[in-house]
Amino acid sequence: MNIKFDIEGGNFSSAGLASSEVKRLLKQLNIDIKTIKRLVVAMYEAEVNIVAHAYQGEADVEINEDHIKVVFTDHGPGIDDIDLAMQKGYSTASEQVREMGFGAGMGLPNIKSHADKLNITSEVGKGTRVEIICYLNA
Amino acid sequence: MTIEEIKNKLDLSVFSGQDGLSKTATGGYVSDLLSDVMGNAKEGQVWITLQTHKNIMAIASLKDIAAIIIVKDLQPSEETIEFSNKENIPLLSTSKSAFEITGQLYETFMFAKSTQEND
Repeated sequence: MNIKFDIEGGNFSSAGLASSEVKRLLKQLNIDIKTIKRLVVAMYEAEVNIVAHAYQGEADVEINEDHIKVVFTDHGPGIDDIDLAMQKGYSTASEQVREMGFGAGMGLPNIKSHADKLNITSEVGKGTRVEIICYLNA
Repeated sequence: MTIEEIKNKLDLSVFSGQDGLSKTATGGYVSDLLSDVMGNAKEGQVWITLQTHKNIMAIASLKDIAAIIIVKDLQPSEETIEFSNKENIPLLSTSKSAFEITGQLYETFMFAKSTQEND
């Protein structure tokens, strides 16, 4: 099963909509709750990253028999140094975003610790692709 | 312990999400960093924060947080209140600081635990 969500850059009011819709759907499908909880954390962080940093993006959710794969692609500034971006506490978020309690440099580390696989590719000035995989009953 | 009991013991007022007051709370979590809550808070906990915007409800809903206590008489936005009512996640208010209200909530949980053990 495949589902696609559009994510609007800068619109914090809708941040989390894709994640909550996927959570609702996976519960209906009786997917193991521990897997849902892990995936939801990873998805939310990736969604917020697009809202906080990019102009526009999308989430492509693929539900398979043994795993769930979500690919986030965005048009945005891209990430120059992915290893640096992965470090806890590192963030390029604006002051305004930080005041809301985002931008603590914990988003990507949260994705890494909650998902089974995380692949990031990025081109500066074009955008970023974040691929997340959670195995079922892992 | 239910959210209703916590509300009465800690003298909290209710902004919204009344229908969720009968839910059971398992503990608490204190943070103003959203990713910290996302990564570390547990289902059924009461979240104490000074953040008031709508995103706190999205996080509470995704993490199955039992209720949110907003400190220092800060006022949540209309959108936050709407979301809280829709999801039946109580949004509570205190005039106290996070330090004080956390201490009281912790004591309440510890007292409930000790009386349970003595039963």
